[in-house]
Amino acid sequence: MLTISRVLYEKIIEHARKDHPDEACGVIAGPIGSDRPTRFIPMQNAERSPTFYRFDSLEQLRVWREMDDNDEEAVVIYHSHTATQAYPSRTDISYASEPQAHYVLVSTRDEAETEFRSYRITDGEVTEEPVVVTE
Amino acid sequence: MAIEVRIPTILRSYTGGAKAVEGSGATLDELLNNLDAAHGGLRERLVDGEKLRRFVNVYLNDEDVRFLGGLETPVKDGDTVTVLPAVAGGAR
Repeated sequence: MLTISRVLYEKIIEHARKDHPDEACGVIAGPIGSDRPTRFIPMQNAERSPTFYRFDSLEQLRVWREMDDNDEEAVVIYHSHTATQAYPSRTDISYASEPQAHYVLVSTRDEAETEFRSYRITDGEVTEEPVVVTE
Repeated sequence: MAIEVRIPTILRSYTGGAKAVEGSGATLDELLNNLDAAHGGLRERLVDGEKLRRFVNVYLNDEDVRFLGGLETPVKDGDTVTVLPAVAGGAR
């Protein structure tokens, strides 16, 4: 189950909408072991593509070091699909390498409604989980 | 000679859970071979044939080794090598 505040939930959606039709991506850090997303970190999509995303390698180093200094870890890793459903693709599954993270997928394929779903991806297995948005 | 190599969570099964290990070598290639002797299988997660895997980021201090010399990047005592799996994906 992913528990996330409304403020952070809306920040993810806003980022996805802003970058549409390119895929948006980012991290929400939280204290190690807390499973609580607290710090929103939108990332550059180095691919700048409507069908692929990748964190810029030096930006990723900076963010990962910062999380390490803060005793944080990546609680949420999010990205958007701009023309397909909010479900992990084959590439999403094969590149998922943060076992503790909630992989949030947002779809901006529909102008009026943004889909927001969350998954655990470990050892190539995808499990969808409920999302609880707290006020 | 000691070069610190920082290991991401997903590869710590090769290092008995350690988040950093030490190795030696004059190049990244030598360093990875040296590490593989103590942590079997680790090199293959980073190297495919003769090249660094595309979706693994390897840094020497503050730089991405892709912009230095790849596997031929010279390393020395006191350097820190950091490994981070790339965060990537897409619609397909």
